[in-house]
Amino acid sequence: MSIPTRTDSPEREAGDDASVEARALTSAVSAMIVPPSARNGVRRYQVSGPRVKRRIANIIFSAIAVIIFLCSVFPVYWMINTSLQPNNEIRTPVPNFFPKDFTFGNYLTVLFEPSRSPFLPALMNSLAVTLLTVVIALIFAFLASLAVTRFRFKGRKAFILSILIIQMIPAEAMIVSTYRVLDSWSLLNTIAGLTLVYVATVLPFTIWTLRGFVNGVPVELEEAGMIDGLSRTGAFWKITFPLLAPGLVATGVFGFIQAWNEFVLALVVMSRPASQTLPVWLRTFQQANGTTDWAAIMAGSTLMAIPVVVFFLIVQGRMTSGLMSGAVKG
Amino acid sequence: MIGRKGFAPTLLLVPATLILIAIIGWPLVQLVIVSFQQYGRAQVFGQPAPFIGFDNYTRVLGDPQFWQVLARSFLFCLVNVVVTMSLGTLVALLMTRLNKFFRTLISVGLLLAWAMPALTAVIVWGWLFDTQFGVVNYVLTQVTGINFIGHSWLINPISFFAVAAIIIVWQSVPFVAFTIYAGLTQVPDEVLEAAQLDGAGAVKRFRLVIFPYLKSIFVVVTILQVIWDLRVFTQIFALQGIGGIREQTSTLGVYIYQTSLGTGDYGAGGAIAVIMVIIMMGISLFYVRHVIKEEEL
Repeated sequence: MSIPTRTDSPEREAGDDASVEARALTSAVSAMIVPPSARNGVRRYQVSGPRVKRRIANIIFSAIAVIIFLCSVFPVYWMINTSLQPNNEIRTPVPNFFPKDFTFGNYLTVLFEPSRSPFLPALMNSLAVTLLTVVIALIFAFLASLAVTRFRFKGRKAFILSILIIQMIPAEAMIVSTYRVLDSWSLLNTIAGLTLVYVATVLPFTIWTLRGFVNGVPVELEEAGMIDGLSRTGAFWKITFPLLAPGLVATGVFGFIQAWNEFVLALVVMSRPASQTLPVWLRTFQQANGTTDWAAIMAGSTLMAIPVVVFFLIVQGRMTSGLMSGAVKG
Repeated sequence: MIGRKGFAPTLLLVPATLILIAIIGWPLVQLVIVSFQQYGRAQVFGQPAPFIGFDNYTRVLGDPQFWQVLARSFLFCLVNVVVTMSLGTLVALLMTRLNKFFRTLISVGLLLAWAMPALTAVIVWGWLFDTQFGVVNYVLTQVTGINFIGHSWLINPISFFAVAAIIIVWQSVPFVAFTIYAGLTQVPDEVLEAAQLDGAGAVKRFRLVIFPYLKSIFVVVTILQVIWDLRVFTQIFALQGIGGIREQTSTLGVYIYQTSLGTGDYGAGGAIAVIMVIIMMGISLFYVRHVIKEEEL
């Protein structure tokens, strides 16, 4: 490391030196003769410049933090706030910043009024597709990640590379041909069809992430187990698999969020009202007519966001690294 | 155990490979084929689709609207990436200066914004910017004294994209901020202190010390942001549904959707889609190259 050069700002440096010496001197003197309370006063006086400046900076930074917090949270708050008011209360010249006539009516409308919107079927479709996607993708990705981490074979690197490249193909460009291919297999508007599409969408990134987790478990552990008399498969299930559990959970949650939020492909593949998923349902709801029932839409939005937020909180620590390596986003 | 040969790895790869070939590979081939065919509504109903060479491509490339959409997409992406990266970096730097309470506070807020499903976010922001009862118009009227009630933000393409950018930035800043903050905590304090003793101001310290340490993080995050923002579909599509003018606000993804499913010109839609895939692949190569360099395959 270079020795600090003192040429940049001689005045300031000199001043600092003087104050340091002065401080040392006063503290030495005050230690002898001045009572502690006064001593503190002297000290504070000596260094008051930078300390006050720091204080002010801290206050400003904290204030900015509060502003950023409010900006981040306000739309979420407004969604919930609106969802808890009757529709006529939100159509007032002065908006209510707190629910004045608190009501769960919008949630009841969304959930149980069949004429309005088939929320429950959409919820069921979403749950079915999402859970199937997560389970199938995890199993397939798990097998594939074992192959690329625990074996050395020809084409291994090519496989990993193509995984990385495939996940970069934009779904937005593929909607029409995906639609036509599914149509030719009579899989449009079916849970199976959308699940297949989602599994394929989620797979590359799931394989890539799981590969990292499996790599993290040293093979030597398994080999030690085999020396102790376990079979090769037994060593894997008894030793490596339990260590992979957190990785599987995290990867599964990523897949869940992806599939739950996905909109573009669902819009095209599940166009029939009975087979809509939640995102598609939410959009038709909002498009219905001129006098939009914003309160009910906000209730629907809240219901749709809850599972994602909960899962997000579970894996928050891993989320950044997951995205860095996986390039997934809603 | 490693180095064993045989059928095992092949068998393990079969399910994943099959599904990727069927659901991504096969449609991709179909997409390329269609882009060389005359494929309109008649073909949807069973007419044979004749091959017409590069006609779709010349038609698309000769269409000024395509170039407008392309330029719009890139410009919109550029604005989003610059704003997101700057804000995200500033928030990350701010987080290093906060005490635990305020850091937790800001993290909770960012996490909430980030966790919102994209479509939900668009609809909520659409409600905030609602023409008549939106809280934004109300607050602006109160603050500026000018009557904003009834002002439509989505009719004018410029303010339409401003709203879209706010939504996208609102949801993207958390990822950037958290990633860069994680990187910042890795920069050794001694180095920063030494730089400070040497008289380096905040800007200089960022440029000469922090940035070189975090360069690889900055590169990856920027490329990912470019890819995501260029692909943007949900936000634009849903905002158009709430009240934008399609012709003036479509980005690449939405344009493909409209040309194919809206107009019924699947051939041209296919050609645009192939062009989009090529552009995205080109940008992704930077990412893939970087990942390969960082990690052993």
